[in-house]
Amino acid sequence: MSELLRLATAGSVDDGKSTLIGRLLYDSKAIFEDQLEAVEATSARMGAEYTNLALLTDGLRAEREQGITIDVAYRYFATPRRKFIIADTPGHIQYTRNMVTGASTADLALILVDARKGIVEQSRRHAFLSSLLQIPHLVLCVNKMDLVDWSEERFREISDEFRDFAAKLDISDLTTIPVSALVGDNVVTRSENMPWYEGASLLHHMEQVHIASDRNLIDARFPVQYVIRPHSAEHHDYRGYAGTVAGGSFKPGDEVLVLPSGFTSRVKSIDTADGPVDEAYSPMSVAITLTDEIDISRGDMICRPHNQPRVTQDIEAMVCWMDETSALTPRRKLAIKHTTRSARALVKDLQYRLDVNTLHRDEAAPELVLNEIGRVTLRTTLPLFCDEYRRNRTTGSFILIDEDTNGTVGAGMIL
Amino acid sequence: MPAPSPAPSYQLSHLRSLEAEAIHIIREVAAEFERPVLLFSGGKDSAVMLHIARKAFWPAKLPFAVMHIDTGHNYDEVLAFRDAEVEKHGLRLVVASVPDALAAGKVKEAAGQGATRNRIQTPVLLEAIEENEFDAVFGGARRDEEKARAKERVFSFRDEFGQWDPKNQRPELWSLYNGRHHRGEHIRVFPLSNWTELDIWQYIGADEVSLPALYFAHEREVVQRDGMWIGVTRHITLGDDEVVETRTVRFRTIGDATGTGAVESTAATIEQVIDEVAATRLTERGATRADDRISEAGMEDRKREGYF
Repeated sequence: MSELLRLATAGSVDDGKSTLIGRLLYDSKAIFEDQLEAVEATSARMGAEYTNLALLTDGLRAEREQGITIDVAYRYFATPRRKFIIADTPGHIQYTRNMVTGASTADLALILVDARKGIVEQSRRHAFLSSLLQIPHLVLCVNKMDLVDWSEERFREISDEFRDFAAKLDISDLTTIPVSALVGDNVVTRSENMPWYEGASLLHHMEQVHIASDRNLIDARFPVQYVIRPHSAEHHDYRGYAGTVAGGSFKPGDEVLVLPSGFTSRVKSIDTADGPVDEAYSPMSVAITLTDEIDISRGDMICRPHNQPRVTQDIEAMVCWMDETSALTPRRKLAIKHTTRSARALVKDLQYRLDVNTLHRDEAAPELVLNEIGRVTLRTTLPLFCDEYRRNRTTGSFILIDEDTNGTVGAGMIL
Repeated sequence: MPAPSPAPSYQLSHLRSLEAEAIHIIREVAAEFERPVLLFSGGKDSAVMLHIARKAFWPAKLPFAVMHIDTGHNYDEVLAFRDAEVEKHGLRLVVASVPDALAAGKVKEAAGQGATRNRIQTPVLLEAIEENEFDAVFGGARRDEEKARAKERVFSFRDEFGQWDPKNQRPELWSLYNGRHHRGEHIRVFPLSNWTELDIWQYIGADEVSLPALYFAHEREVVQRDGMWIGVTRHITLGDDEVVETRTVRFRTIGDATGTGAVESTAATIEQVIDEVAATRLTERGATRADDRISEAGMEDRKREGYF
């Protein structure tokens, strides 16, 4: 069975990120001949000496003209063992918004550094954002090893420095790999130039890294998304609560509690169009039927009587502000979307703004502007059923929406 | 006490993960929008999208209509397939017709041999959205198809002119989709964004999704144009120097019959098609779509105007 792994990469062309992605795609045959020909032709027209694989991901006219990536680009490739979705984002600080977006669903973050330059400010920022977004696995690729004579000493030096920094962050799994994206060493196959490196190649690591236990399999959470009522003769009384399991697992017979009503019932069946299932876990999309008829609608949460999420209108969260035209300021009112629940939120307090490079907390900051991250207190019009983001990335996250422009202006991670 | 069952792996296959994501997206739209519609061309991607949408609401019927933008340049098999699906699943079908729009003088046919109706579908689509007051429009587009698509959101906002603004897209995080819009604006929704052509075929195999027979190898009268095999139908005018040949072909994509080429293939079963797709070295659009060869930014430009 082939599994899905989502990875986020961030960085600039200088680090060789595009070359690395290009190599992964090319060596796994995910780049097609006509795509490569188009890229070669464009590279030649732009006067480049080598084929610029960045052109494969830079899809918009403005990006090609300016030679920059301005957005999250999604790329796909597969090996017999796994299908990979790469969310590729520019690494510069002005694109923190894009990095946060790409990182929000990632299982694995890939950070590249140039072996000659070592850890730079951008590398630390990426590590911090990976930990803030709780990406379970982090891989540091020390690239351009060919330019430092395949030096083990240099690799150790960079690895150790990065590990020291990462120790201050909330990172559970860190792997460091010496590579040469240009030549291909340790990308798909093990390097012959670095016999001292005993670990796996990057692709091998991506294929083998254990992701099954990254999800929360303990706290049963089912935000009700939609109520299925067929009103047909055959299924006259059918009432299925459709949704995506957000944590733990549900089985027929389980005693459940529904929020906000607090009523309890038992799971009668867990239905899919392919027939009932014995157990549902994240991220399965199913329909749950209960033994009792109780009033349940979209935005309600099915959980367990002895394991309930927090029910609160007062939210403490780290918020990344994503709007160019306005700022997050105390007293501002916004729309909030959390699981399947929508409400309004009032910014009660901005406790501090975090410098994403130094991790310094500025408690005097009056506002958060585009790409800034801070700790915020919100009061919502309706109670939210939430968990700490560290514990559950689905019930712990929300987005903030400008009520006039309808734009998505903020992303929040509940503390 | 019963013997303990082996510990479940709690891991979905990549196809079932993609399916679960698509179901989540489709249900989200059904819950939050007033008048969604699903674009159904009879092609493989829209067939898979329709299949998943039906699964999302089982045992209830699809809670929204399907819409076909009829270019008038169809293979007969595709129309027959469309009508059979509508009949079999009790769907509500809306047809927005390019020939009707041409007859009413609302759009003009592009000139020249090989001119397709690709571009004039856009105003017809936009008018149908406006007339029917659709506020969410499901499309079967995939990010792996094309570079501009690779940057498009799952929930893609369109202003009152139906335009896409690639530089001003809403950030899209986790599985929290922002479908808010003002009256007259709408959201294009792409539940298959993260699927590749191979995923589509593997899923068609796994779920036995029905498709028009055109997707499998068959003998057909074709003519070579611009390196592609174009089916000889009543919709094309043969040039003096063009030679009609009978070849064993299949279609990788199905669009306007005048601009969508077939590829030579002997893949007659789903398994054979999956093997062929896994081994192919050309993208489906590069191999078979004249409309996408217009320029490097061809798709981006059409999407800005409101194309699928």
